[in-house]
Amino acid sequence: MIDIVGVYKSFGKLEVLKGINLHIKPREVVCVIGPSGSGKSTLLRCINQLEKVNKGHIYVDGEEVTDPKTDINKVRQKMGMVFQHFNLFPHKTTLENITIAPIKIKGMPKNEADDLAMELLRKVGLEDKAHVYPANLSGGQKQRVAIARALAMQPKVMLFDEPTSALDPEMVGEVLSVMKDLALEGMTMVVVTHEMGFAREVGDRVIFMDEGQIVEEGLPEQIFTDPKNPRTQSFLSKVL
Amino acid sequence: MSGFYGIIDSLFEIRGFQVVYENMPYFLEGAWITIEVTALSVAMGMVLGLFAGLFRLSKNRILRSISVAYIDFFRGTPLFVQILLLHFGVLPYFGVDEAFTSAIIACGLNSGAYIGEIVRAGIQAVDKGQMEAARSLGMNERQAMTYIILPQAYKIVIPPLINEFIALLKDTSLVSTIAVAELTYRGNLVYANTYQAAWVWGAVAIIYFVITKSLGLLGDYVERRLATG
Repeated sequence: MIDIVGVYKSFGKLEVLKGINLHIKPREVVCVIGPSGSGKSTLLRCINQLEKVNKGHIYVDGEEVTDPKTDINKVRQKMGMVFQHFNLFPHKTTLENITIAPIKIKGMPKNEADDLAMELLRKVGLEDKAHVYPANLSGGQKQRVAIARALAMQPKVMLFDEPTSALDPEMVGEVLSVMKDLALEGMTMVVVTHEMGFAREVGDRVIFMDEGQIVEEGLPEQIFTDPKNPRTQSFLSKVL
Repeated sequence: MSGFYGIIDSLFEIRGFQVVYENMPYFLEGAWITIEVTALSVAMGMVLGLFAGLFRLSKNRILRSISVAYIDFFRGTPLFVQILLLHFGVLPYFGVDEAFTSAIIACGLNSGAYIGEIVRAGIQAVDKGQMEAARSLGMNERQAMTYIILPQAYKIVIPPLINEFIALLKDTSLVSTIAVAELTYRGNLVYANTYQAAWVWGAVAIIYFVITKSLGLLGDYVERRLATG
């Protein structure tokens, strides 16, 4: 589903990705963990080209997103992205946040888009908030709406960039449970996260990144109970 | 009772008061022309300013250069000189010789440059994550601008836009130099005939002030509405 081949990325003099290779299968849930500044978020943002890579290739669903000739807007429609700070559109209601992309990009009729949005809102447990503006939602509710907004384009892959890091602790659970449901439905997911419990329980595979490289990867059980690399061991000893 | 009318009667014995009183309809007509010139210039300036602001932020180098040159020139030279240059030096070659039209073109071009900067700042004030969210859904740059960024920028832009409106209204007094019969021009004529400087210019100043103060209050009202809405 996603193929990352020899990717390098620098911001000015600072090299943040140093030769990343990663293959993600359809229906796989990959959790990316690692210390701050290790390049996890940058890698995720390279997948949907919010950041351009300096070297290497990334393929999504058979199309090379790093090829300037590819219509990136078309490929992005197959990838939903959920941001740390939600980035809901504050001038639109919950319902409009979800319907705007299908209506404006796919030309979906409004009533059809409204039905789809209501269905998605039921799925994330917020059908009663359809006509509320984002300013009147809690952080956890905002993030669930953001997930519904991304799902409205019926993506094949969902990218999560630290989706619970900006939430109050009591709201983390409701967002993780929506993500877990999504994983159980078979959505292909790449999740950059600090929620080790989620990575362990829901992840099919865990990637540990440090200083712009994939240091270790494996099954969650193996990574969390028996990490091989000393850097993984030292990171996990601090966070677990 | 007789005391009040006594004061009114004694006012009419002052020459300057008589002059202002008799010319008040003439001044108010001029004030209306001032408002017309301002409104038409701002309308032109908003269209120019929107494009100047968008071009200024464009990835296209040519569009960006055109916008920068336009904004720099009209902000970097006096409006007074721009009015003279356009009315006498440029517009006659395009078949425009009516002063009222020249005045609107000059003031419109000038305010377009200032509004361009207001628009640019407004767009840049919208959180960067908004563009990223729109693009990540698959919108192209134009869709993201139209549906997501500009509707948010316009709220940010309204208060400085009203300030620009007020500033331009005062600056239109400069078009009196090309004989547009607006408020300042009329003040000049009446003063030249009567030499009642304090009364005539005092009255003109008060009329300007009433207009700008009203606009300012309107601006405060709009700002409050936007803050709650």
